[in-house]
Amino acid sequence: MVATQTAKPVTVPGAEAVVSAPGTARIRRLARAVLPGPAPGANGAALYRRWWLPWLWTAPAIVCAAVFGVFPFLNTVLLSFTNAKPLGGAANFVGLSNYTRMLDDSDFWLATRNSVLYAVIVVPLMVLLPLLLAVLVEKNLPGIGFFRSAFYTPVLASSVVVGLSWQWLLADDGLVNTWLEKAHLIRSAIPFLSDSWLILLSAMGLTLWKGLGWYMVFYLAALGNVPKELHEAASMDGAGAARRFWHITVPGVRQAMMLVGTLTGIGSLRVFTEIYMLGSSTGGPGGADRTLPFYIRDVGLDPITGNAGYGSAVSVALFVLTLGLTLLAQRLTKEDES
Amino acid sequence: MTTAVHPKSRRLTPHWRDYGRPRELLVRYLLLLLVLGLTVGPLIWQFLASLKGTGEDVFGANASLLPHHPTLRAYREVFSQVPVATYIKNSLIVVLLSVGSQLLFSTTAGYMLSKPAWKGRRAVWILLVASMMFPFESIMVSLFLSIRDLGLVDNVVGVWLPGFVGAINVLLMRGAFLAVPREIEDSGMLDGASEWQRFRYLYLPSAWGAILVVTINTFISAWDDFLWPLIVLRSEDHMTLTLGLSRLQSSSFGYDQRVVMAGSVISVIPVLVLFVITQRWFYKGVSAGAVKL
Repeated sequence: MVATQTAKPVTVPGAEAVVSAPGTARIRRLARAVLPGPAPGANGAALYRRWWLPWLWTAPAIVCAAVFGVFPFLNTVLLSFTNAKPLGGAANFVGLSNYTRMLDDSDFWLATRNSVLYAVIVVPLMVLLPLLLAVLVEKNLPGIGFFRSAFYTPVLASSVVVGLSWQWLLADDGLVNTWLEKAHLIRSAIPFLSDSWLILLSAMGLTLWKGLGWYMVFYLAALGNVPKELHEAASMDGAGAARRFWHITVPGVRQAMMLVGTLTGIGSLRVFTEIYMLGSSTGGPGGADRTLPFYIRDVGLDPITGNAGYGSAVSVALFVLTLGLTLLAQRLTKEDES
Repeated sequence: MTTAVHPKSRRLTPHWRDYGRPRELLVRYLLLLLVLGLTVGPLIWQFLASLKGTGEDVFGANASLLPHHPTLRAYREVFSQVPVATYIKNSLIVVLLSVGSQLLFSTTAGYMLSKPAWKGRRAVWILLVASMMFPFESIMVSLFLSIRDLGLVDNVVGVWLPGFVGAINVLLMRGAFLAVPREIEDSGMLDGASEWQRFRYLYLPSAWGAILVVTINTFISAWDDFLWPLIVLRSEDHMTLTLGLSRLQSSSFGYDQRVVMAGSVISVIPVLVLFVITQRWFYKGVSAGAVKL
């Protein structure tokens, strides 16, 4: 072997004992002869590894992925053809009736509309705003580390805590309304928390506010790959900050933007807590602000009135919507690359 | 250009002029302060309100931003009015179970998946990737039925169980282990280290960045999770902190807002402390933690 950068020999505590234990070498030679498998060293690190050892080490992950990942999905599809109850009892096969019920269910379509609207409004903003923020904190100025960390704090707080604080900011006598009234911009309080449209918009604001820091960090990593020389050359040619942003930064982080768009699109379809906190546990007045996950919980998991079969049918709809969005994003990414 | 020393400057530490033209700098810092107010402002306001006494308005026309007579009354109250201590205990149980199981199982599975030549490796990898395709919300009905059949409704174990090891973390650890140089393993082989010893003493220390990311992500998501605990837990004795806090609001207005804010502050503190301690490595971890599929 050529002297590579094997900097210093790494010693392993306890290894000496293994080597010097009487008889181990003989047992190993025996095991090598008896046990099936590749010759030692032939396949890299396959020395003395018994066939079941990898399975043992990966078993928990396999169980978790199978039992709490793939099986629930298959089960959801099955359940959607039954009238199972969330708290147990006999479940009967009901054919496609859950699906036909769904197509006629105006509440289902309202929830779908809310979820789709959420994605349509949140995604473009979530792709753009954190990028602007990342550009703002990219330059190494004194104290910039503090700002970066501070901008990240909303990510750390739970949606419940953030929701509580927004609830009081947006209440009729809350901070926002008080300030607007003091500035004589409005006469009476804006009903952020009682009008169904304003609740939806406030929830979107909350999602954006909480996600800014997360995607900022994401973009910071991507911005590191945009060549600085391009910016310098452009500013020598007299390009202003806005032009440099559109013509150098944006093309430079295109891939990251596509990924953020996909992630936030999927995230928008999963929104629950924001609506629950700002629109109360009913999901807005008369449930007008319920999103699909909210609706699934309402119709599928309510201990008394719930119908897990119908909830599963709505779950399948949510999955199909998510899948469609993912495929669309994939297609756009591909077109973008070619 | 970023930190290039100003041509006229003779000092070694950069002069403020080195960072750009004064006007541009001013605009930058003004923008930074504006965003600071927008992002951290609500949380600061929440903290300040929690320090107010009963005599001071939290909001309304007469409310001031700063508490005139700061007091910890609300923090004492929150512990006596609602079982916050129980909530915290339950949250901690979920967090400790989650972090423990995620770390143990994602490292062992990630290690084996990073090793070449064992049959079925590819199948396991496909299973893990497939399990990530389904959004939690679209399988939660079925998950709840499973938890019900296991008799874990209204039990913190039921909150922890479905996510006891995340496929994403396994893939993250696999990526980190793949980056460990072969020479390290070879030296372990020469020393006669067993598989477990190589894993424990050679691989784990080399992948601590990814381990940190897994720890923090697990901690935060377990501590902040809301929808799943809301579905599984029923009685007050078993509620986690976020669940308890959300109930403070919905059973509303009987409660003193200062007290609810104190509860919110309590729930943010552990995560904030964890972040402050680890943030030096955290950004590195996020950018280095890109999953290699």
